Amino acid sequence: MSNRINNIFEERESILNIYFTAGFPNLDDTLRIAGDLEKSRVDMLEVGIPFSDPVADGPTIQRSSKQALDNGMTLELLFNQLKDLREQVTIPVLLMGYINPILQFGIEEFCKKCQEVGVDGTIIPDLPIQEYLDSYESYFKKAELENIFLISPNTSRERIEVIDSISNGFIYMVSSASITGAKDGIQDGQLEYYQRIENMRLNSPRLIGFGISNKETFDKASEHAHGAIIGSAFINQLEEDASSDGIEKFVHSIKEK
Amino acid sequence: MSSFNVSDTGYYGNFGGAYIPEMLFPNVEELRSNYLEIITSEDFQNQFEQLLETYVGRPTPLYYADRLSKKYGTKIYLKREDLCHTGAHKVNNTIGQILLAKKLGKEKIIAETGAGQHGVATATVCALMGMECIGYMREVDMGRQRPNVERMKILGADVKAATSGSKTLKDATNEAMRHWINNPDDTHYIIGSVVGPHPYPDMVARFQSVISKEIKHQLSRVENSDSPDYVIACVGGGSNAAGAFYHFLDDDNVKLIAAEAAGHGIETGKSAATTFIGKSGVLHGSKTLLMQTKDGQVVEPHSISAGLDYPGIGPLHAHLFDSKRALFYAITDEEAMIAGVELSKLEGIIPAIESAHALAVLDKIKFDQNDIVVLNLSGRGDKDLETYIKWGKY
Repeated sequence: MSNRINNIFEERESILNIYFTAGFPNLDDTLRIAGDLEKSRVDMLEVGIPFSDPVADGPTIQRSSKQALDNGMTLELLFNQLKDLREQVTIPVLLMGYINPILQFGIEEFCKKCQEVGVDGTIIPDLPIQEYLDSYESYFKKAELENIFLISPNTSRERIEVIDSISNGFIYMVSSASITGAKDGIQDGQLEYYQRIENMRLNSPRLIGFGISNKETFDKASEHAHGAIIGSAFINQLEEDASSDGIEKFVHSIKEK
Repeated sequence: MSSFNVSDTGYYGNFGGAYIPEMLFPNVEELRSNYLEIITSEDFQNQFEQLLETYVGRPTPLYYADRLSKKYGTKIYLKREDLCHTGAHKVNNTIGQILLAKKLGKEKIIAETGAGQHGVATATVCALMGMECIGYMREVDMGRQRPNVERMKILGADVKAATSGSKTLKDATNEAMRHWINNPDDTHYIIGSVVGPHPYPDMVARFQSVISKEIKHQLSRVENSDSPDYVIACVGGGSNAAGAFYHFLDDDNVKLIAAEAAGHGIETGKSAATTFIGKSGVLHGSKTLLMQTKDGQVVEPHSISAGLDYPGIGPLHAHLFDSKRALFYAITDEEAMIAGVELSKLEGIIPAIESAHALAVLDKIKFDQNDIVVLNLSGRGDKDLETYIKWGKY
């Protein structure tokens, strides 16, 4: 199947995927920030659905999630905000969120809405693979959504092979045993893990995320994968300066035009 | 196989499962694939039973509460979990889990705690086994449960305040899970209730099931039957209730009664009565009944009792509620305090405010005079003196 996610991996190298929380710093910033990121030549977007209990996230994304919820962000509102997404944004867009708000919205309805507004994929860190395959995969397929799975340094070889076989789009490689934003720099142990996965010659492209924060870590990750995902560092940028100029400067500090 | 046993995939009816980020999968899978073999082995059982007897002080008495029985016109037995070492049933589980952690070669222990009872019980067994202990406690409770914080520190534990989110028990659990994600290799997470991803609810229920095992045995010596007409217990996450119900789950003659915290009242927005105002959702690794907004954000609970101040219940209890096997009552702060003082004056036992919620149910059920009622007195009230004093009506 040819879609925006698959196309971008064919067309570009060193994919820069930027995460930001919907409804942060201000409730109506979501589409404006997406547009600014596209203009700054980011390759892919990951829009976070805020949740009250984000167990895989560090302090930065916890903070942005809480702020977004305090601002009044909901999934229903997010789909309204993204109504005109495809008039402004041509790059692939993923929604990232914990399962509970999606369950309450209704998974089938969620998938339909994603397709309607032009979302290409989803990352739901606490939706177990088996539950996905047994109960929900058909909704995602019907809506032509790529559900992205994570692997970590402790994921077994056998399990990585299974994940590769059911993945479309890409595999999200968690850079170390950690929550988001936790560490700076890349350690020797991580490089060994990157190389180990590289040597497995998986079918799916790989993006590395968690702890990728600047040009140095982005470049290092891109040497061993097809690119990387930056989240907390961009949220920190938004906290400091969420203007279009600030966003452009941040992106260009990582990946030149 | 009982319909109330956990399924191979970790479900009780529609509830349970293991909704965890991939980073925790290897840890939880290690537990899942090993726990049954380890805890049913003779070697483990011997160690577990010996520690329960010589260290915890089991069996705990099944006490016939004469004056309380007269007041309610029925026969009331109190299962005295409050007499366990550390003052509550929580230690049954921490002994079991630390033995399991040792068998799995773990060196460090993390735990979350609300009232501090589970934190103390964990710090205690860590001291016993010479293992490093980190306890996550919500910030507000570090004031409300100060004596337990200091107890944990005296026992050598590192107590960290959960300052993220809304700083409550669910946030202490979030923090403990984050710590586990960051330290997956040498650390075991001792969850204190029948919540969390499979196999935790089943594992904790098995360790606590010693309560109902003893009730059966003790009852058979003083009554004609080893089955009571009622078993009553309070439910926050639900570990003491799971233990007290366990061996009666398939005995339909035994009515299972769960007392939830209604806080200021279930209509007030300040309660923790999950089965009354919650609906199915996913928190802390399992699908269960959950207090949440229509958008799926978890709602802040309220209860005067820190141990019941949790927005969910264990998946077993969600299933017991759903299948109507157990009957749930919502007890307000005020009703619990009155019942706590009543037990103190009638029987000379000051109960934990959690357990006082179970006592308050006595006033809500019309018992027959020949009914045998077993009430699980899960903890003692020493830790709650401040709350009793503040309430003042005694």
